[in-house]
Amino acid sequence: MGKKIEIHDFEPKIMAFVCKWCTYSGADLAGTSRMDYSPNVRMIRLPCSGRIDPQFMIKAFEQGADGVFISGCHPGDCHYNEGNYYARRRNTTFRQLMDFHGIDIERIEFSWISAAEAIKWTEVIDAFTEKVRELGRHPQYDDEVVDPYAQFLVQNKQESA
Amino acid sequence: MAKIGVFVCQCGNNIARTVDTAEVAKYCSEQDGVVHVEDYKFMCSAPGQEMFKKAIKEKGLDACIVSACSPKMHEATFRNAAEAAGLNPFKVEIANIREQCSWVHDDKEVGTVKSKDLTKMMIERIKFNKPLERYVMPLTKRALVVGGGIAGIQAALDLAQAGVDVHIVEREPSLGGNMARLSETFPTLDCSQCIMTPRMVEVQNHPLITVHAYAELEQLSGFIGNFRARIRQKAKFVIDDLCTGCGECWEKCPFSTESEFEMGLVKRPIIYIPFPQAVPTVPVIDKTECPKILKDKCGLCADVCGPDCIDFTQQDEIKEIDFGAIIVATGFQLMPNVYREYGGWRPPHMTPKKLTAKMRKALPRSDAGRLVDVINGLEFERLASASGPTGGQIRRPSDGKIPEVVVFIACVGSRDCNKGVEYCSKICCMYTAKHTMLYQHAVHHGKSYVFYMDIRAGGKGYEEFINRAQDEGAQYIRGRVSRLTKKGEKILVKGADTLTGQAVDVEADMVVLATAMVPQGDSEQVAQTLGIGYDKHGFFSEQHPKLMPVESSTGGIFLAGACQSVKDIPETVAQASATAAKVLALFSKDEMMRDPEVAIVDQEKCMNCWDCVTVCPYLAIDRVELKDRNGNFRKWAAYVNPGLCQGCGICNTACRSKSIELMGYTNEQVYAQITAFGGDII
Repeated sequence: MGKKIEIHDFEPKIMAFVCKWCTYSGADLAGTSRMDYSPNVRMIRLPCSGRIDPQFMIKAFEQGADGVFISGCHPGDCHYNEGNYYARRRNTTFRQLMDFHGIDIERIEFSWISAAEAIKWTEVIDAFTEKVRELGRHPQYDDEVVDPYAQFLVQNKQESA
Repeated sequence: MAKIGVFVCQCGNNIARTVDTAEVAKYCSEQDGVVHVEDYKFMCSAPGQEMFKKAIKEKGLDACIVSACSPKMHEATFRNAAEAAGLNPFKVEIANIREQCSWVHDDKEVGTVKSKDLTKMMIERIKFNKPLERYVMPLTKRALVVGGGIAGIQAALDLAQAGVDVHIVEREPSLGGNMARLSETFPTLDCSQCIMTPRMVEVQNHPLITVHAYAELEQLSGFIGNFRARIRQKAKFVIDDLCTGCGECWEKCPFSTESEFEMGLVKRPIIYIPFPQAVPTVPVIDKTECPKILKDKCGLCADVCGPDCIDFTQQDEIKEIDFGAIIVATGFQLMPNVYREYGGWRPPHMTPKKLTAKMRKALPRSDAGRLVDVINGLEFERLASASGPTGGQIRRPSDGKIPEVVVFIACVGSRDCNKGVEYCSKICCMYTAKHTMLYQHAVHHGKSYVFYMDIRAGGKGYEEFINRAQDEGAQYIRGRVSRLTKKGEKILVKGADTLTGQAVDVEADMVVLATAMVPQGDSEQVAQTLGIGYDKHGFFSEQHPKLMPVESSTGGIFLAGACQSVKDIPETVAQASATAAKVLALFSKDEMMRDPEVAIVDQEKCMNCWDCVTVCPYLAIDRVELKDRNGNFRKWAAYVNPGLCQGCGICNTACRSKSIELMGYTNEQVYAQITAFGGDII
């Protein structure tokens, strides 16, 4: 106890969307067990990982998040039977879309964490924070974001003209 | 403008040690819409809650944030307190600054910043919380029990004794199920019929129990408290009310077929009751075999029937009945006997309808199928039963001789996913021990061998029972059997003793297989009819393996007995009584209160893509027609049944026109929460 948290030059902001049955409870268990994990994460509690709308992630990035973390119950454990399967499929598709638009998909992490996996929660959060810290600040809208699709359109237009 | 109150809890020193709560309170008071802040040592204590209520009343707060422990701990506490103070309970939110902040971060500066941020996110969110009212649902206080085995009988009796109207649907002509087949039961060796038939009669005579024998549940609609079941009463060709059960008809019937109840060991007439103690004692005519119905020949039963109750023109009857709760007790079957798969003597009802390649390979390999004297556990039960085809004398099926040497093989088809199922069938060790005893008691000079993998006897008096079986002469050999072959009139059992490392050959007169217990062949279809979950084996899934073992995944449907997992009789009865207790709890109120955190459709915005209908795991969303004031069709729209909705929000995410909102977790609320994020992270 009383360990001073090391503050780096750059501290990433991480938004986590979690389901209330598994991951939120897992994070609670980490608290009850007095574990330690990086304080960069802010959690939004949702009923099910199937409730996580990809637009939430975009909104989070827009609000200055440097990383987005999504988590729910393990496959087969969903409180609502199949919500996490929708979450998994949405995530797979959405990552490709994000990649296509030039957003670094390394900044989106997806993991299954059950209510008993407090240790996994701390490990995954610490590792993800470290990874995003190395990636640096997420480019904002006022920065010059290069959208390859827009570039492609412009190029095409120039060639045809 | 919102009038929000923020209550920061110090939780003694639990929060205050790593979070400067005064600083958090001060920061919150500067936020838009916050009119009242408190920083107190124990918010959840009685004085803390009084303070909370007083602030709501005096300041006229219309929303409250409690920055304290996890919502799992005290969300309900503060929502109830708010309700008592006249504030809608769904206008109270918890910011979790203990489990997810003070307990996991040791640095006070970091903890304070994070607490501020978490509380601010909640402040922004609560501005969009709508006051919600709990739904009041009507409740039909009538229960349906599907399956009339021991589980169904126990549940029905428990419910009826508490004054609940119960209906039992049983697809066979009689109640009883598999337990009625057993000769004696472990570990006390009391006769199954003796303990079971009085209960069957009790069910029959109870004024609150209606038995639909020879009927099947065809369709189920509705939701908890308000189910509607469509029951198909199969044509018995016998008029229930007139029949006295005298037995003239089945004694005179000149035709016969294999008896399902006797596992095909003997024949039964075409007009039949499954066994002499059947309840109800009304015979049915097997329409697939009866020459009168097929070819309009015979009709002898109608001639001999005194009360004139045989009606060859009877049709299936459909009954629609409303129920409030359903208990599923459809039981088990033994894994379809793989030995019989290769031709030879095989009762038609044992032909496995869905025999997978894995089952086909089930152990041990043999050129059997022609080995008539290889039988399964239930067949042995019938041979040993005093009311069975041999009158309790153990005689082998092929030539009726009394077997001198009997080999029992345990774990046939179980505990090996390559040769059947992966799970342990649990009851086989015990019933094999019982069989050896029954055999030794009937044939004193006989010799019995048991080939086993492990002995699993974890129950009251079970281990003692296994020891008793060994003392009474059963020879236990630890090892598997690789092959059964015919050798003259005997069966050569080639096995191994893995304790001595030697091959063991036994020449047996009869071989009894402890075949794995598997769900009924049509269990998946039944699960789909009921709308409940099932696992890869076909067992119905419970809501939670430890804390909700009798609830199915659908509200108001409960599971009893071997349809949920392999079970012995005491466990089945205990579970059946547990389901009765759950149903009584449900029926204890006149109306049902439902959580209002369900999805609601803005029907004007709905554009009929029906994605929500596709994704809903509870089939809670219907397509409805909207009408104008003249009653003309105007448009289609989705409608969420609040009685069925469990509040997962999958439809909310899937909705393209954003016209479904999950109350309590609306898009507005989540976006507000995200928008508040973005301040200092540390």
